[in-house]
Amino acid sequence: MNKRLVFLTPLAIALGLGLILFTAIGKDPTKLETARLNDPIPAFNLKNLADKTKKFSEKDFIGKVSLLNVWATWCPSCRVEHGYLNALAEQGVRIIGLNYKDEGEAALTWLKKLGNPYEFTIYDPHGKLGFDLGVYGAPETYVVDQYGVVRYRHVGIVDDEVWSQTLKPLVEKYSSISSKAQLQLQPKQ
Amino acid sequence: MTILKNSGVIIFLIAFAFTSSSLLANIDLYEFSNEVNQARYKELTKELRCPKCQNQDIADSNAPIAADMRREVHRLLEEGQDDRTIVGFMVDRFGEFVSYKPKVKPATYLLWYGPWALLILGVVIIVFMASRRATKKNKAAADELFQEYQEQEKQGALLDQHEQVEQLLSRFKDD
Repeated sequence: MNKRLVFLTPLAIALGLGLILFTAIGKDPTKLETARLNDPIPAFNLKNLADKTKKFSEKDFIGKVSLLNVWATWCPSCRVEHGYLNALAEQGVRIIGLNYKDEGEAALTWLKKLGNPYEFTIYDPHGKLGFDLGVYGAPETYVVDQYGVVRYRHVGIVDDEVWSQTLKPLVEKYSSISSKAQLQLQPKQ
Repeated sequence: MTILKNSGVIIFLIAFAFTSSSLLANIDLYEFSNEVNQARYKELTKELRCPKCQNQDIADSNAPIAADMRREVHRLLEEGQDDRTIVGFMVDRFGEFVSYKPKVKPATYLLWYGPWALLILGVVIIVFMASRRATKKNKAAADELFQEYQEQEKQGALLDQHEQVEQLLSRFKDD
């Protein structure tokens, strides 16, 4: 009996560890947790890329569920996803751009040439908002709900698969919450 | 010939210039108000992990994000923030991942206590097995001794018989 225990204990440990480690198989180690998940967008005060006399703040997210797309002209993957973002914007998805550590002129030329899917673009040449959000590589796309709370972060390009399987359900989920909340806010007749 | 030699020297110099510039690429020139801050900067940038190049600390990494993090560490240090606040500042933005010394909490119990638990378990198993082996060995040795003793007894008895017979025989001989 004791002998059996001696041999079974290592087996049990191996199985237990195996189970724990098994859950991590297939996880992409370059995909980090989103530290800002379920936090409001950090406070910021940054210029409008298109009109540097105007400024945006975290309050500009409030009102409608939006995608916040972090992009730059130096980022090749951003060019890859740009066409798809244009298509999404045409479908009526609200996309806000965060021009991250870029040169304003180059960014404007890029938008003229490739089309502009963004309702507005925040100009963040020093990566200030990017840093506060925990951006560690462009492109990144956040789902921000109508109260300006970060609900999801996607690192890497957005394509049809990412949109239809991950982002779209989230946008729809939080949009439906917003319309319900609005219904509740309306005075009863 | 001299031209060839010279061009060789020039190539060498160019190559040298490139290596040295890449070696220097990661040295930020930050000024510190005191030496303590400088030492803490060194410590902290080794304790924080680069989110982009995941197996490097931010002191060691050339990634732009690591440079940003070093700049922020420097800024917070000079503002007089303590180490915990600075690490917390980074964790708030990039997650627990960026700290090489993650906080002790239920999600990290396995990480912090797992090795100790395994070590203790291993020691217990070794002690258990060793003690069992020792009792087995002792028992075997005792058995052997007992057998030997029995054998000797037997031989002794035989010897005694033999002697008695001899004595009897010798009596007859005398007669």
